[in-house]
Amino acid sequence: MPDDQQQKIFETPLYPYERSQDQDAETAVRHPVVIVGAGPVGLAAAIDLARQDVPVVVLDDNDKVSFGSRAICFAKRQLEILDRLGCGEEMVRKGVTWNLGKVFFDERRIFDFNLLPEEGHKRPAFINLQQYHFEKYLVDRVRALQAEGKPVEIRGLNRITHLADHADHVRLDVDTPEGPYKLEADWLIACDGAASPIRGMMGLDFVGRVFEDNFLIADVVMEADFPTERWFWFDPPFNRGQSALLHKQPDNVWRIDLQLGWDIDKEEEKKPEKVIPRLREMLGEEARFELEWVSIYTFQCRRMEKFRHGRVVFAGDSAHQVSPFGARGANSGIQDAENLVWKLKLVLDGKAPERLLDSYDAERVYGADENILNSSRSTDFITPKSETSRIFRDAVLDLAEENDFARPLVNSGRLSVPCTYDGGPLNGADAPGLPPRTRPGAPASDAPTGEGWLMDRLGDRFQLLAIGVEVPDTVEADGIAAHALRVAPDADPLLAERYLGAAPGAVYLMRPDQHVAARWTDFDEAAVHAALRQATGRA
Amino acid sequence: MSTLITTPNIDDADGFYADLLALHEGRDKAESDAINARLILVLANHIGDREVLSQAMEAAQAAGHHD
Repeated sequence: MPDDQQQKIFETPLYPYERSQDQDAETAVRHPVVIVGAGPVGLAAAIDLARQDVPVVVLDDNDKVSFGSRAICFAKRQLEILDRLGCGEEMVRKGVTWNLGKVFFDERRIFDFNLLPEEGHKRPAFINLQQYHFEKYLVDRVRALQAEGKPVEIRGLNRITHLADHADHVRLDVDTPEGPYKLEADWLIACDGAASPIRGMMGLDFVGRVFEDNFLIADVVMEADFPTERWFWFDPPFNRGQSALLHKQPDNVWRIDLQLGWDIDKEEEKKPEKVIPRLREMLGEEARFELEWVSIYTFQCRRMEKFRHGRVVFAGDSAHQVSPFGARGANSGIQDAENLVWKLKLVLDGKAPERLLDSYDAERVYGADENILNSSRSTDFITPKSETSRIFRDAVLDLAEENDFARPLVNSGRLSVPCTYDGGPLNGADAPGLPPRTRPGAPASDAPTGEGWLMDRLGDRFQLLAIGVEVPDTVEADGIAAHALRVAPDADPLLAERYLGAAPGAVYLMRPDQHVAARWTDFDEAAVHAALRQATGRA
Repeated sequence: MSTLITTPNIDDADGFYADLLALHEGRDKAESDAINARLILVLANHIGDREVLSQAMEAAQAAGHHD
């Protein structure tokens, strides 16, 4: 991308401040849902709510996309979620799809890997896409929904200065370029990032582990022959004793992460005269590149004890943070939004009790812990904390060059996969003999159905996925209906492998977020009723 | 469930022990540490069974405690 175009995306207000009617109201206007933060998580939640006709207002203290590439790696599950939100195709078309990786140790290339994406999925395992593009596509989607008359607003340069929790609603003081106003929300979703001002205003904890390390992150624009692969270096000559990562993004932008260690002068390390020679050493003397963005960060692995506090629900980085290895930050935030929205809609519609939202807390805390565990382990491998851990790390890398067995121990990041909510409060019956991967709590696995991809046919509502079993068109319990989605058992062998195993047929109760609620090998109306009640917090 | 073998199980115990020392003969501590680490990983992979590996770690740790 030429520089001027690049500058434009960072400098043009995407949702410029506009005066809202609410600012002239005599008493504070009440909205069903207010979202704080127009980053990837807040926007995804807003789109999902608006699509389903839940009025939503997004407040952001800025008015532009985030500066620099930031989150760049989006996983298959998130692409499936984006498809459901109506903007997956643009992202996949723009993004860089990759499967190959190389691992280097010292001066040697020790092995290559292929993510070997499984057959029979609409979406690839990963795409790389700069966060600013990601946000731009989401804002475009918001604009398209507005054009369709959907009830969604983004208010730029609206900063919350005070929050009061009134049991059945939240009262907000909002500051704008034209002065303050008051606003009320039945529900507030705090997607205001790792430094969450909302969390601070509520005096809530955010505990965990701070890793004593600094990373220099640079985006460079480069015409280069490097292949579309993830390259990871342990202890390379150009960054002795540390690690480095090179990853391709769209528009000839390359993302480089250089570990710097703890005892450094951050301001000094960020200066181009310091950064450029480092990159030249890494990329080779002949590489021609321009530095687009440089940032230094220290990361932490931590989460809030609870993500729901009365009428305020935290999602994304405001609720949990992980190290960047594994692309588990933005990806898990999108899953938070996905998990929350259908529950919030049922509660707002009076179809489910408020305690359904406690399952958001249970399921996404479980997911956050899984992500924190994985990313902490990656960090401990990449940055050994003691002499002995370094000896073992180097032993693994030395062995990996010649020995296949050691390669699974090499941990340069375990890439984001969606969490299965094992033991989750909404899970219903399971039937023995059906494949473990689609057990209750698991996200649906995509598969061809003979009439398009399964993922394109699931979502937004409860469905009874009936494979070779007779079911009625709808099954209803307490005002919530599950709609039949009938698929032939021989429609595709991959579908049978993922949903039937050796069974001749199966019935799956799928949640609106495409997770499995319960499953059986035959249809029993009373059992489906019980599972529907379980999955909506009525059990 | 597999159980860690804690009864004598190596043929020619003295020969094995001599090989272990020979492996480290003439090496400095850094080289020896690296070889030991690689050896642990090679053996651990051969065993594979997570339960047995946990018991082995436990046994190695317990033997060092002389209270």
